[in-house]
Amino acid sequence: MANKKINKTSKETIKTSIVKTLKSFLVMVPILLGVILLIGLFKTYITPDLISSIFKGKLFQDTLLGSLIGSISAGNPISSFIIGGELLKEGVSLFAVTAFIVAWVTVGLVQLPAEASILGKRFALTRNFLSFILAIVVAIATVLTLRIFT
Amino acid sequence: MNPNKNNKKRQQNKNLIYGFSFLGSVFIIYLLLSIFDLENVYKSLQASLDIIIQILPILILVILMMLFVNLLLKPKTVSKLLGGESGLRGWLLAIFMGILSHGPIYVWYPLLKNLKDSGMKSGLVAVFLYNRAVKIPLLPVMIYYFGIGFALILTFYMIIASLLEGKIIEITEHKFKDKGIKDV
Repeated sequence: MANKKINKTSKETIKTSIVKTLKSFLVMVPILLGVILLIGLFKTYITPDLISSIFKGKLFQDTLLGSLIGSISAGNPISSFIIGGELLKEGVSLFAVTAFIVAWVTVGLVQLPAEASILGKRFALTRNFLSFILAIVVAIATVLTLRIFT
Repeated sequence: MNPNKNNKKRQQNKNLIYGFSFLGSVFIIYLLLSIFDLENVYKSLQASLDIIIQILPILILVILMMLFVNLLLKPKTVSKLLGGESGLRGWLLAIFMGILSHGPIYVWYPLLKNLKDSGMKSGLVAVFLYNRAVKIPLLPVMIYYFGIGFALILTFYMIIASLLEGKIIEITEHKFKDKGIKDV
């Protein structure tokens, strides 16, 4: 009798958890779908040629631009390595390329509406702003350290 | 009705309205673009469909993990592992969870919200999200383009940056909490 009661309670707990999980997930589906559609647009319109045409050859300005372009870009990180590699070949500084690939994976302006809606506006804005600044700091630290060791 | 449950329902409705407005705005952008540039709009839709197919397995994994959190991880346990008293273990756990997680960043938001609601610190959520940028399976590609020294140094600094970001967010969240200002 007691076992039956426990079984019934655990079945109810499982059912409640499944409903709760599906509900919390389904609420987020429209926003996730919106982000995916925006990334689709970015993949089509923001081409590697367009990105490389923006850099002007000035060290600090290019590093800032690298972080900025990385922040608004979206997609698989491999794409950022490939574009970064091409930018290096075209003479863009390693500071700018590093800031670009770090910002690509740490800042998400395209995903910002989803992040703000799900995790909170203040959290999302602070996190993305800090990641943007840190992309520049990490780029400078990485390239300077690399120069010491090589 | 329980006021907590009521608040949660209100928040869910708010998220749903926001979600549909956002999706509607993106649809409008697509519609406007299709007037001038139908070919690229089609390409964008195809790219979006490819993304959905790619992330589907990860989405299923995330739903299962959310179920696991709801079913087995009680708020007390989450709080102990990733909450205010988690200490160094919490920071390390967030770093490893972030590094090991796969797929796009936005796929993980629902699970993180679940964990946050159960007591995970905002600073650790930030650490998790930052360390998603450390992609071990992609390290060979990075090494191919930039060299092993660059890849290792960059990875090291990114982990340090994640901790710095997490700590700053934790401090700011504390300040807002002390003033009684909620994040919405």
